[in-house]
Amino acid sequence: MNIPILSLTLFMPIIGAIIIMILPRERERAIKYLAAAATLISLVLSLIVAFGYNLSQGGMQFVEKIPWTPDLGVSYALGIDGISIPMLLLTTLIGFSAVYASWNIKDRVKEFFSLLLILIAGVMGTFVATDLFIFFLFYEVVVIPIYLMVIMWGSTKRVTKEYAGMKLTIYLLIGSAFLLVGLISLFVMSSAINGAPSMDMMVLAQTDFPVGFQVFAFALMAFGFGTLLSMFPFHAWSPDGYAGAPTAVSMIHAGVLKKIGGYGLIRIGILMLPAGAKIVAPIIAVLALGNVVYAAFICLSQKDLKYIVGYSSVSHMGYVLLGIAALNLVSLNGAVIMMFAHGVMAALFFAMIGNLYEKSHTRNVDDFGGLAHQMPRLATGFMIAGLASLGLPGMVNFIGEFTIFVGAFSTYKVITVIAVSGIIFTALYILRTMANVLFGPRKAEWDHLEDLKGPEMVPLIVLGAAIILGGIMPFTLMDFISNGVGSLIAQAGFLQMGGIL
Amino acid sequence: MQLNLLAPEIVLALLGLILLVLGLILPHKGKSVMSAMAFLGLLLAFILSISLFGKEQALFNGIYQVDNYGNFFKILFFTAGFLVILSGESYIKRFDKRCHEFYGFLVFALLGMTVMASANELLTLYIGLELMTISFYILTAYLQSSELSVEAGLKYLILGAISSAVLLFGVSLVYAVSGTTIISEIAQNIRLEPALIAGIILMLAGFAFKVSLVPFHMWAPDIYQGAPIPITAFLAVGSKAAAIAAFVRVFVIAFDLPQFDWGLILAVLAAITIVVGNLIALAQTDIKRLLAYSSIAQAGYIMVGMAAGNTLGLKGVLFYAMLYVFSNMGAFAVATAVEVETKSTSIAAFNGLGRRSPMMAAIMTVCLLSLAGIPPLAGFVGKFYLFSGAIQAGYLWLAFVGLIMSMVSVYYYLMVAKAMYIDSNYESMSEIKPVASTQLALWICLAGTILIGIYPAPLSALAQAAVGLF
Repeated sequence: MNIPILSLTLFMPIIGAIIIMILPRERERAIKYLAAAATLISLVLSLIVAFGYNLSQGGMQFVEKIPWTPDLGVSYALGIDGISIPMLLLTTLIGFSAVYASWNIKDRVKEFFSLLLILIAGVMGTFVATDLFIFFLFYEVVVIPIYLMVIMWGSTKRVTKEYAGMKLTIYLLIGSAFLLVGLISLFVMSSAINGAPSMDMMVLAQTDFPVGFQVFAFALMAFGFGTLLSMFPFHAWSPDGYAGAPTAVSMIHAGVLKKIGGYGLIRIGILMLPAGAKIVAPIIAVLALGNVVYAAFICLSQKDLKYIVGYSSVSHMGYVLLGIAALNLVSLNGAVIMMFAHGVMAALFFAMIGNLYEKSHTRNVDDFGGLAHQMPRLATGFMIAGLASLGLPGMVNFIGEFTIFVGAFSTYKVITVIAVSGIIFTALYILRTMANVLFGPRKAEWDHLEDLKGPEMVPLIVLGAAIILGGIMPFTLMDFISNGVGSLIAQAGFLQMGGIL
Repeated sequence: MQLNLLAPEIVLALLGLILLVLGLILPHKGKSVMSAMAFLGLLLAFILSISLFGKEQALFNGIYQVDNYGNFFKILFFTAGFLVILSGESYIKRFDKRCHEFYGFLVFALLGMTVMASANELLTLYIGLELMTISFYILTAYLQSSELSVEAGLKYLILGAISSAVLLFGVSLVYAVSGTTIISEIAQNIRLEPALIAGIILMLAGFAFKVSLVPFHMWAPDIYQGAPIPITAFLAVGSKAAAIAAFVRVFVIAFDLPQFDWGLILAVLAAITIVVGNLIALAQTDIKRLLAYSSIAQAGYIMVGMAAGNTLGLKGVLFYAMLYVFSNMGAFAVATAVEVETKSTSIAAFNGLGRRSPMMAAIMTVCLLSLAGIPPLAGFVGKFYLFSGAIQAGYLWLAFVGLIMSMVSVYYYLMVAKAMYIDSNYESMSEIKPVASTQLALWICLAGTILIGIYPAPLSALAQAAVGLF
């Protein structure tokens, strides 16, 4: 009898959330420790899964399957392959760090941590589900806790937190409405073709959908997942949402939640609708340019730290979209590792900004200066995240960007050349921000700020280590990813078809 | 003839009569037994209808049909009845001296609903409908101290009577054409002719009024707002489900016409209903009116399944009608408790509920989100069935309209959540602790909403058995 290790990983935060709901609200320390323990167990379990994954065998492993709703062909099916392992690790890493980044929450501690744990479980569920229905279930579970967390613990700066929360929620839900139409059509169409209803991703991937239908369904998915991935021009929710959200939500949202969009496009879009993907991909590639270049320009004129990181994450998602749109082994590898890289980087950035904001009550770049004097550890965190963001070799982001450009150049020459310019703009705004916030003469008004200490160090250590280890030992992740992408491409049949590649 | 198949109806009829007589003869103090009696009587009827599930027989020369479909709806009505009694326990004190006769009318309304669900003959159906609506006219105006309530009762009486007349006119035309009022025999005796189409359209309008489809919805908001809130809940859940039960049975069985596609008319009505209901709900500041418009939109969703007319869609209708009981009753139960506590039905009355009663705020949020169709709650699975049916039947546009509008509806549902969780001066507010019966109702609604959502298989099997009829 196998231990259902994926279910355990998935349900650990939910169990934690339920226990927290039962605990009396005064026991704040116990609640925090419980949340930390639940996410730590998930992290350890996900590491066990990653090390236990048999690369030479490949494909879906640690499979669990229980029939759930027979007349819809739904089964509670979990499994993990080379593409989902980095995503699962990303979720558990950021989830664990997010608990520590929220250590200083004082108001409604009980509600905060139970919602946070539900959110983490929801994100994790999308990465381990191999049933389309279960995938979508988890996909939408995450939206509502985020709304509640933004309006209860968010911050009002340029826009009110109520506005930011609602904007984020409505954007994502409208996107998911289109996605849902696509999924339901997929379900209805496949039951007509196969003669039996099924929501199993593998069965759907083997179903031969007509090309016209594939284009229709893939376009809907590109819209739905693209909104979540903040694809230009559907990105407007992202900077406002991150700015309004509490630190932990910004971390999870920018770090992993967005990546569900990319993951969905690869896992559901390309795997099940390869012909549609081929036809729609050039449009995505052009829109990706909007992300990379346009968002980078906006970054140049931002003054609020969270907006800078918010727009920069929109810009970086352009690379991911480009990698997905190029539809070859190298570019897809790059897209997946870029999602991981951007995830840890953005989460570290938001953790540092959140910490600074909590102590100084401002996020305005012009107010700061010379913070490296007072807060050397925080400055280290900022530097690691910043340098990763501009793609410095030795950081995991470099691997992602480089791989994407190499892969995409063979498909879209002009677009890739323009996209590479994004690196220059990124360097410009990141270095300028770093210089204005961290360096320069010491400012006496910030002498009262305390540096990171105790629990506040956890996000820095965990996420910083992931960035650097991934950068100097890229093969740790790359082996999984190219294994997963390779079997996906073999399944989708691009190589056999040759086609426009 | 097996009269035991009619046991739930017989129990209800006796219960209603006994409650009326007891209300006359018991001294005021002794009347508190009546709520317990109503509750136990309903429980008995509920158990009987479950035990009859799976039995099929036509009674009285085919005018009354006992089948899974009818039993499914009976289970639904009795569940709604329980929840109304439980959640209204603290509210009905407002009715003062007449608070116990209330149960008698409630039981008669339920009896009308069960007749509607099982009637296989148009006039029997009409009698059930009138028994239900007349009970509701009285119940709507039950809060005599409130002008709004009396006005609502009167409005409902006038508009309800007109719609009944329209329905009856439609029935008479159909009878003129087919020569029979037995629903299952109509299909063989009709062919396409103008009088039949007029009859079908008039009947459709009559039912659309009861289900509150746009443009026949005008009565709903005023009456929902004016009626005592447990009655509003019962109207929104029970009366609507009964109308849907009869609507589906009549149209799918009797009017199976290949040349005349009433499904398309219904699809258009459903789309308009969803759009209008949700858009107007966006602007509401009163919780009863908000729930009224939301329940108009919900009726639109249910009609999507009927417009599709295939197994998936019809199963969706039954599935959704059942989960709608739990989700909507949960929302109304919280609204009732809040009204009892604050004497107000504006959304502002919910301010700070997240601190005053975290349990009620959480249940309200869950139930509203289920109505919006957010997974993993019940509403999502229901919508999945309904819109799969629609897409299968070729109504792709309807799926777009419905799903986008259901995401728009999240906005106003979240406005309620926002009121509950954002608060400025919560220190001045005391904790709210609802009475035990309300708590029980709330927990039942929460459990139903979540369990159906994460494990839909049992209810879907039940609905599958019920639509075997078509």
